[in-house]
Amino acid sequence: MADDLNELYQQVILDHCRKPRNFRVPAGAYRTAEGRNPLCGDSFTLYLQLEGDVLHDISFQGSGCCISKASASMMTDLLKGKTAAQAQQYFSQFQTLVTTGAMDEEAMGKLCAFAGVHHFPMRVKCAILPWHAMLAGLKGENSVTTEQKP
Amino acid sequence: MSVQPPNWDTLRADFPILAQQVHGHPLVYLDNAATSQKPRAVLEAMDQFYRRDNSNVHRGIHELSRRSTEAFEAARERTASFLNAREPAEIVFTRGTTEAINLVAYAWGARHVHAGDTILLTEMEHHSNIVPWQLLAARSGAKLAYAPITGDDGLLDLRGLDNLFDSTVKIFAFTHVSNTLGTVNPVADLCARARRRGIVTLVDAAQSAGHRPVDVAEIGCDFLAFSGHKLCGPTGSGVLYGRRERLDDMPPFQGGGDMISNVDYFQSSWKEIPHKFEAGTPDIAAAAGLRAALDYIGAVGCDNIARHDEELAALALEKLSRLPGIRLFGPRQGHAGVVSFLLRDIHAHDVVTVADQFGVALRGGHHCNQPLMKRLGVESTARASFYFYNTAAEVDRLAEVLLEIQKFFAA
Ligand SMILES: Cc1ncc(COP(=O)(O)O)c(C=O)c1O
Repeated sequence: MADDLNELYQQVILDHCRKPRNFRVPAGAYRTAEGRNPLCGDSFTLYLQLEGDVLHDISFQGSGCCISKASASMMTDLLKGKTAAQAQQYFSQFQTLVTTGAMDEEAMGKLCAFAGVHHFPMRVKCAILPWHAMLAGLKGENSVTTEQKP
Repeated sequence: MSVQPPNWDTLRADFPILAQQVHGHPLVYLDNAATSQKPRAVLEAMDQFYRRDNSNVHRGIHELSRRSTEAFEAARERTASFLNAREPAEIVFTRGTTEAINLVAYAWGARHVHAGDTILLTEMEHHSNIVPWQLLAARSGAKLAYAPITGDDGLLDLRGLDNLFDSTVKIFAFTHVSNTLGTVNPVADLCARARRRGIVTLVDAAQSAGHRPVDVAEIGCDFLAFSGHKLCGPTGSGVLYGRRERLDDMPPFQGGGDMISNVDYFQSSWKEIPHKFEAGTPDIAAAAGLRAALDYIGAVGCDNIARHDEELAALALEKLSRLPGIRLFGPRQGHAGVVSFLLRDIHAHDVVTVADQFGVALRGGHHCNQPLMKRLGVESTARASFYFYNTAAEVDRLAEVLLEIQKFFAA
């Protein structure tokens, strides 16, 4: 198996893809936001519960490729308990990570596994899709597609 | 008609692009439904055109303009004979299938489709044979209807078809070969049924032209569209065939130079067909390339190509059906060279990304068939599509790589 592939599909990514965390539709009143990548048919719904400025709970449902699903899984793990402002900051760092491969291990921790995505420009959209949906949810918009926001 | 089966290996050597390594592996190009590769003869024809003959068409009276015009009109004649049209005037050059269908939906539709009419399509159409009709429906107040397919085996359900042909149906537009399912529709039968009800027909031949014999007299259609780039020709070369009676009875599509006979500040008159539909400077080099492609394909023989495509598809269906948890789409018999599949628990995009690292070019996604995907209950499929330069060894390689992919994601 080529090195680039192992870098793209790191063990931690494969693990989250096979057993996504926070993969559920919550009961109760949540904000929802949909993220769709019309080109490949990836489609996720994010559920956000805000208490004041804090993401008290965040989960997701839907279907997509390994990269997008693992990204949603690890993002929801990371953002639980964080503020909206922090989420916005993580978004920017994640975007840099997947487009350039430059990683700030201290800030991003396990998410550094996504650095390999930058070797696969066609897959950047997949990795970032759940993040766009999350941002849309925070802003109170309820859908986003990667066609509008690469 | 070619008696001897062609020497496929010799033909393959005509395609310089195929002899390369991708990610350290020999390229296995299985994305021919998206676009085909080009033989030297086509590259050289276009090169020759630009080096020796380039000028504008139908305008100058100098030598180069004469040559360009001749090259362009010779391509039209070659296309007419390729499709067995009655005359070259029935051939309109477009940018591709998409523009050809838009031309009909716009110009023919403007005169013949009104509020209360029905535009009949099928559930397996490419977006380019759906969206132009949706736009026409929105402009005219007509409605859309769809002839159903049977399920994963992707056959058109012919039983209820005649019932769909009610008196409101003005046009029936359908694909010859499905770009996702590999289904080959019985186009001559479909046209005959529609004609009996006075319904105009359009055949989307994007996946059939250059892959099997396409004879408009035998098919009996009113319109037929194809793209040069899918049959060894260049991008930018496309064809609309229209029966003279239909083309004569249509207003122009776009206005501009070349399509007019007389222009006045307040009104103009049009040229005869086909020029009425060809406004502005056309892609002349592409037409020259298309002519070379049709000569090339003609020498190989469309009947031979159809057999080769079907053999590779049958081999692929057999090999792939042995993979655990694979879901195959399209007919079990008489499958054109387009094979769609899904591996259990592995998304099509992951399949395509990994296959690419092994040098195997596949396509993953909805293949411009979103409504069909919905109908099949899937988000996307992975697709391998063949042409005559593909080999049985490449099909073996595909099966081998898919097995590797399954191991990789199961590990
Ligand atoms: C069945 C079918 N129709 C229409 C098209 C559109 O062709 P083009 O993009 O060359 O206009 C395609 C190719 O993508 C196709 O497969």
